Amino acid sequence: MAQGRVVTGRMPRSGWVWLFIGAAYFLIPLAATAEFSLEEYPGYGLSSYRQILSDPAFRDTLWLSFKLAVATIVVSLALFVPTVYWVHLRLPRLRPAVEFLSVLPFVVPPIVLIVGLLYVFNVNWVPVWFVESSRFLVPGYVVLSFPFMFRSLDASFRAIDVHTLTEAAQSLGASWTRTLFRVILPNVSAGALSGAFLTLALVMGEFTMANVALFTTFPVYINYIGQTQANPAAALTIISFGITWAAMVGILLVGRRPGRGAVQIGGAR
Amino acid sequence: MPYLELQELHKRFGDFTAIQEIDISLEGGEFLSLLGPSGCGKTTALRIVAGFERPTHGRVLVEGKDLTAVPPNRRDMGMVFQAYSLFPNMSAEDNVEFGLRVRGQHAGDRKKRVAELIELVGLTEAAKRYPHQLSGGMQQRVALARALAIEPRVLLLDEPLSALDALVRVQLREEIRRLQTQLGITTLYVTHDQEEALSISDRVAVLSKGRIEQIGVPAEIYNEPATPFVAEFIGTMNRLEATVTNPDGGEVDHKGTRLRVGDTRGKQSGERVLVLVRPETLAVERAPDGAGEGALGGEVVAHIFLGSTTRLKIDAAGEELSADVPSTTAGTLPVGTRVRASFPAESARVLRLEQPQASPATEPAGH
Repeated sequence: MAQGRVVTGRMPRSGWVWLFIGAAYFLIPLAATAEFSLEEYPGYGLSSYRQILSDPAFRDTLWLSFKLAVATIVVSLALFVPTVYWVHLRLPRLRPAVEFLSVLPFVVPPIVLIVGLLYVFNVNWVPVWFVESSRFLVPGYVVLSFPFMFRSLDASFRAIDVHTLTEAAQSLGASWTRTLFRVILPNVSAGALSGAFLTLALVMGEFTMANVALFTTFPVYINYIGQTQANPAAALTIISFGITWAAMVGILLVGRRPGRGAVQIGGAR
Repeated sequence: MPYLELQELHKRFGDFTAIQEIDISLEGGEFLSLLGPSGCGKTTALRIVAGFERPTHGRVLVEGKDLTAVPPNRRDMGMVFQAYSLFPNMSAEDNVEFGLRVRGQHAGDRKKRVAELIELVGLTEAAKRYPHQLSGGMQQRVALARALAIEPRVLLLDEPLSALDALVRVQLREEIRRLQTQLGITTLYVTHDQEEALSISDRVAVLSKGRIEQIGVPAEIYNEPATPFVAEFIGTMNRLEATVTNPDGGEVDHKGTRLRVGDTRGKQSGERVLVLVRPETLAVERAPDGAGEGALGGEVVAHIFLGSTTRLKIDAAGEELSADVPSTTAGTLPVGTRVRASFPAESARVLRLEQPQASPATEPAGH
């Protein structure tokens, strides 16, 4: 630490400059888009927003993407919570392997993934109602959400003493199911919720897979509007940004709730 | 019939043998401590009783019923862990209530029982607090109440005090003993702290390298160690290698000094033995003229203040002896004083010297 230097809560002037540059980088395009979305001839108004909000396709595609996001979250949690729990409890040596697997969705482009899925599901035993409905996208989204879900859960599991909590619950007579739902899950809920919000944001914005598989989800709709109507497309971008922003605020609020997330176990450890 | 039996327990982890052969029986309401250094197998033995480990072979019986294959959640054994094990998402009282909920007890009965136990461990004021709002000692009290709430067949404690500071440790160990006596619950306690084990147990089993070295009441373990390991591990012990000169008369020769050691029955004349003498039984007096008959001569080289007593370190012909004297008189024997140290013949313990032993005097573990 620098000697004789008084540490105050004030940010140095250079800090303000960098903050201004950073804010400008993010806010100017956003402000320009917002401004464009409000443009009317002549002057400004909300007609683009009215047009978008009254379009049945907007609500249908938003609702479809939301349903897909919820289905992805449910499947991901059902799959990854017990898996990460078991890896931490019984197979800690497998953790680096799982961590490596969790990076793969970043490496494999979604276009490759959807082509692979189309190939995998193009067999007789997969029911037609599944292949022909938008549910078909859920397995692919689960793969895409794997890195976010795994990392969020992994961080939460590392913050608790999984072994001792499990054994304490079992010594009190709890079954595996009760141990998982009553003891472990409440203590990793911050990670689970954070993973869920990230998955929500991911699915609400996923374009490639839905477009290739010919399902009109919210991002496909945005793309369509963007190609056909300039001002409503800008309004749609702002609405989409608002949804993502709300998801991020959700993560922040969950992370700040006492007794969750950074679980504190008192005393020396 | 014993209440809890550990029969011929063996446990291997790959090539490592954690437990070689452990046979222990506990009567109902008995408090037995498994004492030993790190890696001696004591925690493994406890975990086998709890059901968290399966023995390679051997059995665990409670009231004659074999529980070896019974999963831990069906054994009805209350356990207190070394690490703080309270469920962080539950308040103190919810933690205590957990086991009762699992058993499907009626809500009214549950609340009553939780209140009783919280009061029993003196935490009524803190019942609504969450684990991170409790001190380490309070957390372990809640853990104890939680383990007792289910009225377990056996209470298992795995070094529950090791993370606490000295004062709390002493208070809590006395509390554990008080509760155990009050409730009459059969208890198996694991510790590496010999003072802790000796002070609260009905019997102590000293373990080393996966085997029981000695099992007995605390006074027996302290005064009559059965093996050199127990002698070294329990308290501080002066170790004198000697040769039996008169088996019937209880005399040995230590580096040319004839010492009376009491019981040398069963030993042969000329046999090499290890004479073990506690520091508190060594009487030290000024001896400017040398050792004299039946005593060890030497020079005081250090004082270690222990409170009511002071431990004198004496260099006796290259061998270091420890002798405890009252602190009020230690000043009369300053460093550099030539002294003679003697001990009552009956206070010395004589063991066969089977193999060369290493250190002369060993400090107790766990301090």
